[in-house]
Amino acid sequence: MSDAVVQLLFLIIKALLMSLIIVTMVAFIIYFERKFAGFFQSRVGPTYLGPWGSLQSFGDILKLLSKEDLIPEQADRWVFRLAPYLIFVPAFLVMAVLPFGPVGGEPNLFGYRFDYVIANFDSGLVLFLAMGAVAVYGVVLAGWSSNNHFSLLGGLRAGAQMISYELAMGFSLVGVMLMAGSTNLVTIVDYQAGGFWSWLFIPQVVGGLVFFVATLAELNRTPFDLAEAEQELVAGYLTEYSGMRWGLFMFAEYVNLLVVSGIVATLYFGGWRAPLAVLDFIPGPIWLFLKICVLIFIYMWVRWTIFRYRYNQLMSIGWKVLLPLSLANLVVTAVVVNIFGD
Amino acid sequence: MATSAPPSASVEARVEGRRPTLEELKERKARSRQRGQRTGELMTLSLGPQHPSTHGVYRAELDLDGEVIVAVRPEIGNLHRGVEKLCEHRTYHQIIPLTDRLDYLSAFAMNHGFCEAVEKLMGVEVPPRGRYIRTIAHELCRIANHIMWLGIHVMDLGTQTFFCITFRDREYILDLFEMLTGARLTHSFARIGGVAKDLPDDFDYRCRKVIDFIPKRVAEYERIIKYNRIYHKRTKGVGIFTAEDCYAWRVTGPALRAAGVARDLRKDEPYAAYDEVEFEVAVEYNADVYDRFLVRMKEIRESCKIIRQCLDRLPGGPFLARDAAHSLPLKKDVLRSAPAMIQDFYHVFHGPHAPKGEVYRAIEVPKGEMGVYIRSEGGPRPTRVRFTTPSFYHGQAVPALCEGEMIADFVAIFASVDVVLGDCDR
Repeated sequence: MSDAVVQLLFLIIKALLMSLIIVTMVAFIIYFERKFAGFFQSRVGPTYLGPWGSLQSFGDILKLLSKEDLIPEQADRWVFRLAPYLIFVPAFLVMAVLPFGPVGGEPNLFGYRFDYVIANFDSGLVLFLAMGAVAVYGVVLAGWSSNNHFSLLGGLRAGAQMISYELAMGFSLVGVMLMAGSTNLVTIVDYQAGGFWSWLFIPQVVGGLVFFVATLAELNRTPFDLAEAEQELVAGYLTEYSGMRWGLFMFAEYVNLLVVSGIVATLYFGGWRAPLAVLDFIPGPIWLFLKICVLIFIYMWVRWTIFRYRYNQLMSIGWKVLLPLSLANLVVTAVVVNIFGD
Repeated sequence: MATSAPPSASVEARVEGRRPTLEELKERKARSRQRGQRTGELMTLSLGPQHPSTHGVYRAELDLDGEVIVAVRPEIGNLHRGVEKLCEHRTYHQIIPLTDRLDYLSAFAMNHGFCEAVEKLMGVEVPPRGRYIRTIAHELCRIANHIMWLGIHVMDLGTQTFFCITFRDREYILDLFEMLTGARLTHSFARIGGVAKDLPDDFDYRCRKVIDFIPKRVAEYERIIKYNRIYHKRTKGVGIFTAEDCYAWRVTGPALRAAGVARDLRKDEPYAAYDEVEFEVAVEYNADVYDRFLVRMKEIRESCKIIRQCLDRLPGGPFLARDAAHSLPLKKDVLRSAPAMIQDFYHVFHGPHAPKGEVYRAIEVPKGEMGVYIRSEGGPRPTRVRFTTPSFYHGQAVPALCEGEMIADFVAIFASVDVVLGDCDR
């Protein structure tokens, strides 16, 4: 078989496998979120379905699928149906550029070269930012089309929120791009080869923190979960959604959590690379998996610990704290790279 | 842009430990409520009656300009059960369980308020042990209420974990109530002329353990909350309600004391055993949501002090007045002595004898001042009973409290004055 055909076959297999892994992982992330929330709150969390309640998410999915699909009479039906996919699809797409093992080099599988990434292309990081921006359309449109004042407020908040944090998020990523000299995630991971002291979170600590805070806003998690602030807006943009359409939003939220953790691990914590050379015998995908697990735990920890900011406070944090910090980080990185680079 | 004026201006003006004057407070209030330029395009949002943070079935119509609340129209009465009318068809003994359902989070305080009023009407003298047990139960109510308030208030600010922590600690108080009264929520423990039962055997020991434990928990809450930057940003300078406003809207309790007014009926018009114990009235001066939190935390500590003193000095003797015309007999005597049996029949089938007249008695319940007005034409039933419960006044003050604030602050402010809808709508 020619190399091109085999690569195409590999691509299809990788894409299918990745989707399957994401779906399974998300089911368990939801389970763990509920379990951890239980532990944080001196409860036990789900216990009934499966050992320690571990199959709870699958039960929930079955329940949601069997529910009636309600669309409010006054809603903009077409947009109302479109909105969940606008959030769901971009979340999946980012996974394509995330390297989970070595890329390029010698043939390693039955005499063919197997790249541990679905799409190895140069503007991977830009794709991540673009998909984040597209997903906000989903939230805004969901809020708008529901024809509900709570949803509308939630959608507007999501829009205003995105403008405030996305700029700082982009600028904090530029530091990484400058140091690695590329926006290709594969190159960025290769740049961090050689143990944990060459990981980017050490030189990019300010940028990394800004990025982490901005991702909390991107993920709609607690200090910045304004778009669906339960105590204020009932469920924000989700108020009118029910059944599996609501489930898609929920699912996309956790796919996003997985993806963002993957991006943070890749950009700042060496991606699939082992922290020490002696640990190289453990394969790359497992390292990436472990790093993602730790990061997801940190995100959950933050969510169940702290208070929510007010909407104008998020904007002032975005413009007055995060943006100057990320700009300063950018300038310092640029100067240092220019002087000491190569 | 909906937000251009810095909301933190009023936070900076706030200096710890310095008492602001009324003018300063007014200026701060005006500044915090003047956010940005208004577009003039209003959206009406119907908040409630089924909404996660209206604490029951409160409904408010908000006129919103962006996120800023321009006008509030509260709708009170979704939980109206006609308690006052029901009271006119029941004897004084039978009304006590109805009062449980007013403020169901501090049921004993409600029983207590009603019984104080009836005793004033009938001229019944409560024996010292009864007064002390009432004080203990009332202060336990206050602790449970404030702990629960804290959990809900913090949950309205977006963290759910803390809510579970406070509920776990409230459980210890509920266990004490279960031991004392047999019920966890609706106690019906006060009786005309005293209380229903004596303290159980083990109560002293277990109660002391709990009141030693609670101040430690309060220190823990403060450690979590007081040093949380987000909590400060969400509460300081938010929902300022000066003493003048409180007078105008009859806002009482912790919200009034957070405005610098040392008004506490336990001190000003003592009842039960409050004039025989030493405690301080918790007062703060900045009149915002944060200070209402501080006042309540201080009150929990003072309540623990009061309970400890009551347990130390608990007098012996009867806990229920030996007053055949007005009080029930002891249950254990009913089947053994003829006079007690006759008294029991008289009270169950006829009711206590009340003189003609009208009476108003107010006491300090956890949420504020609760007043009971009774008019009697003689006989076992009142002709009119009126409860002036704090939640009603706090609920109707919401427009004055919230206009000009943002919608996210609406829930924080609404929780900070402590409203329970059973108490509000009656």
